[in-house]
Amino acid sequence: MRYLPLTDPDRAAMLEKIGADSVDVLFADVPAEHYLDGPVAGLPLAASEMAVEKHMRRLSKKNLAAADAAFFCGAGAYRHHVPATVDHIIQRGEFLTAYTPYQPEIAQGTLQMLFEFQTQVARLYGCAVANASMYDGSTACWEAIVMAARLTKRRGVLISGGLHPHYVSVAQTMARFTDEAIAYQLPTLEADPGDDALIARISDDTSCVVVQYPDIMGRIPDLQRIADAAHEKGALLIVANTEPVALGALEAPGNLGADIVVGEGQAIGVGLQFGGPYLGLFAITNPKHVRQMPGRLCGETVDADGKRGFVLTLSTREQHIRREKATSNICTNSGLCALAFSVHMTLLGEKGLTALAAENHRLACLAADRLDKVPGVRVLNDTFFNEFTLVLDKEARPLVRKLAEHGVLAGVALGRLFPHGEGLDDGLLVTVTETVTEDDIETLAKSLEEALS
Amino acid sequence: MNKMNAGGWKPGTPVSSNNEGEYPTVTGNRALKLEERLIFELGTRETCGVDLPEPKADAPNRLGKFARQQLIDLPGLSEPETVRHYTRLSRQNYAIDLGLFPLGSCTMKHNPRLNEKVARMPGFADVHPLQPVDTIKGALGVIDELSHWLIELTGMSAVAMSPKAGAHGELCGILCIRAALEARGDARKVVLVPESAHGTNPATAAFAGYEVEDIPADKDGRVDLEALKARLGPDVAGVMITNPNTCGLFERDMKAISDAVHAAGGLVYCDGANFNAIMGRVRPGDLGVDAMHINLHKTFSTPHGGGGPGSGPVVLSEALAPYAPLPFIVKDGETGEIHLVEEENVGDEFPGSFGRMTAFHGQMGMFTRALTYILSHGADGLRQASGDAVLNANYILRSLDDVLDAPFGEAGHCMHEALFSDNGFADGMSTLDVAKGLIDEGFHPMTMYFPLVVHGAMLVEPTETESKATLDQFVMAMRSLAERAKAGDETLKTAPHHAPRARLDEAQAARKPVLAWQGSVEG
Repeated sequence: MRYLPLTDPDRAAMLEKIGADSVDVLFADVPAEHYLDGPVAGLPLAASEMAVEKHMRRLSKKNLAAADAAFFCGAGAYRHHVPATVDHIIQRGEFLTAYTPYQPEIAQGTLQMLFEFQTQVARLYGCAVANASMYDGSTACWEAIVMAARLTKRRGVLISGGLHPHYVSVAQTMARFTDEAIAYQLPTLEADPGDDALIARISDDTSCVVVQYPDIMGRIPDLQRIADAAHEKGALLIVANTEPVALGALEAPGNLGADIVVGEGQAIGVGLQFGGPYLGLFAITNPKHVRQMPGRLCGETVDADGKRGFVLTLSTREQHIRREKATSNICTNSGLCALAFSVHMTLLGEKGLTALAAENHRLACLAADRLDKVPGVRVLNDTFFNEFTLVLDKEARPLVRKLAEHGVLAGVALGRLFPHGEGLDDGLLVTVTETVTEDDIETLAKSLEEALS
Repeated sequence: MNKMNAGGWKPGTPVSSNNEGEYPTVTGNRALKLEERLIFELGTRETCGVDLPEPKADAPNRLGKFARQQLIDLPGLSEPETVRHYTRLSRQNYAIDLGLFPLGSCTMKHNPRLNEKVARMPGFADVHPLQPVDTIKGALGVIDELSHWLIELTGMSAVAMSPKAGAHGELCGILCIRAALEARGDARKVVLVPESAHGTNPATAAFAGYEVEDIPADKDGRVDLEALKARLGPDVAGVMITNPNTCGLFERDMKAISDAVHAAGGLVYCDGANFNAIMGRVRPGDLGVDAMHINLHKTFSTPHGGGGPGSGPVVLSEALAPYAPLPFIVKDGETGEIHLVEEENVGDEFPGSFGRMTAFHGQMGMFTRALTYILSHGADGLRQASGDAVLNANYILRSLDDVLDAPFGEAGHCMHEALFSDNGFADGMSTLDVAKGLIDEGFHPMTMYFPLVVHGAMLVEPTETESKATLDQFVMAMRSLAERAKAGDETLKTAPHHAPRARLDEAQAARKPVLAWQGSVEG
């Protein structure tokens, strides 16, 4: 087997050193009645690199790759152009095959990168401190809810209807096992993101209000108003962002009163990958709360020779030290995805991110105007960044499936996101990034026209 | 948060002190050992490494009143500067590609490059998680094939694929247990965890709302079966047990433990972090396990990536399968058609599912890598791999047990990791010193001070992807370090001497945390 360096003479010499007759003898502690004396039955045997590649390629061909379609899907996972440099860097073995940097003397590469990443995320979000990443946006969002409960010692969680339904679902699932009481109402097919109704529901028991920005239908809620209302009642504002490129054009949540900002970082550097691995981002505006934060943190220090260096720090919050008193049971971050994000963000910088956001918004406006002219189609949103909701005069789901047969991935039907939602079936969420061409927009418009006529 | 960054010499500034050893340089560089500034010190707000159209002032604007007013203050670098920055940083990292990474319980094995190539096929890398099901048949096919392997290798009934990493998988397993108990109206409060367990185990049980109670180990480093039996009762939801355990030993009584827990109405969670030792040799399902997470980033060679992403599918027994989280796939036995089960269609057929743990489908990019690895090995190769992993660990155990104390060495063979203690070191010499000495010898340190049941523990897991020549060199280094520790060699106290950094002041980092760069980027 090509990944196993030992030769039979090696094995024989090593067994002799150990004083065992065979490898099987080393498994003497496994009760004989449960020890398998050969390979697990019914499974294939070893295969060459060529054969495995062929098999996997055949499987991959059964998927329609975004690049082979006119592509307008978003809803928490975004297709942006990722510069070739990003993939080259993350495939360097020194990053790819390194462990968590618990030995800082020989992990300064990962640690310095994480320190830079934390700073990039904190600035993008308008926050004081960001952690070294979490699993994904949905789990980061739940961790923020639990952190808010620790800080406020309250249990009421008020979730906006504009939050990604998967994030809501994760929170509702986890809350079944904790003491959090979640209040959530499905969104309605309206241009107004419903800030007033949300604000009206904040009470003295509310630990936190969770708002997505821009929201699941592409609308942009007024964070400052919600923040003021929440703070007046002693509650925290958690803002979730699923599209970080938007923050190149929109004011940062931390500058608009958010206390905890979480999000999905996948859009920058990571790629679609059918939903994972992704990159949870987590940041706070008040640095005094850092000891209540979940996840790994990288901090600056000096070494014994007085040189600047970086270490994982404040680990007394973490499970491997605190065991059942930890701030979270999470042990892994999303290191390599954080690297991809950081490299892409470094290539972009202030100027590039701003220009990328502007290009997304320009194309999205173009698409919205064009699609609004299709008979039977109306653009719902007053405000949006690169994602908006179309209201069709028929159910969107079957139409999306039909268009896919013709190589048009038209977007995400709200009926897929909210299968039990009332009155949302005609909604189609359309996302337009810089990877979309004006021809693609025309293709989508024509396809919709045809399908709706 | 203090305003200033911590002091100390920074790359990019001249070296003026004379503590640079022999042959000081003014840059702080040492030939191929290159110092690197932060991107915030290198870049400017005007530099960009991507070509993008200039934004137009008169472009349409649907941002309402929310357009950004404040500077983000991010630095940019051109492409060549970016490549150089990260390449220089990369060279300050140790990695499996460079050498042995004997971290016990972490299974740092070779990461095959075919895995990377496959994961980047457009049909896997460039697919959206919410595309219509007809356009993602291949993705569901990958999940189905990998599921089949994991189920067959573990002798279980089902697998929940979505957990994002090991601890997330633990949580999934415990939540399945809680959901199953609640479904039968049985609100049990306590989870038993052996004292040798991973720290994540008690953290997970507590997160899921359980009280955690320790169960002691016996003198052989295994779970004390009688103590466990004595504690079982109607308040015990289950046990979380690691097998092989964190002392590197197989829990011989695993079946008896499971039977006792089941008889008392509880369920058995097994931490599968150490599955690499027994893969293809014994099936946890045959030992009565109800749930076990599998770290694809350990056993099945997906890269650790400097701390993630991981992937932690959870195999489930028949008793727990109905409670698996969404989404999951179901294969039609007759047509072979694979169906995706999500919130909308879970209702009637699968009422028990405890909900959703993450957006989308789990770590697809890791599924493709793990499946590629598994198909490469085949059932025979996987069995050979666990055999070689255990052989390598025993070879290290027997090559060092005359110079290092091996607390359970007399009890027989170990599994995939060899455990030593600091017993016999000179006063003032510690496991940490040996670990830092290993860095100078060109190895990554072993796992230190874990498991907690052994004083000054050193847990060495070589994995099967190391050659005998590498192991022999490691043994040579460890023998030398053991002698130095026993002799009280003071130079070990200040090791490493040859790494990019000397020992770092972790106390200062925690006392006055500097967690972000504080300056303003050049305009």
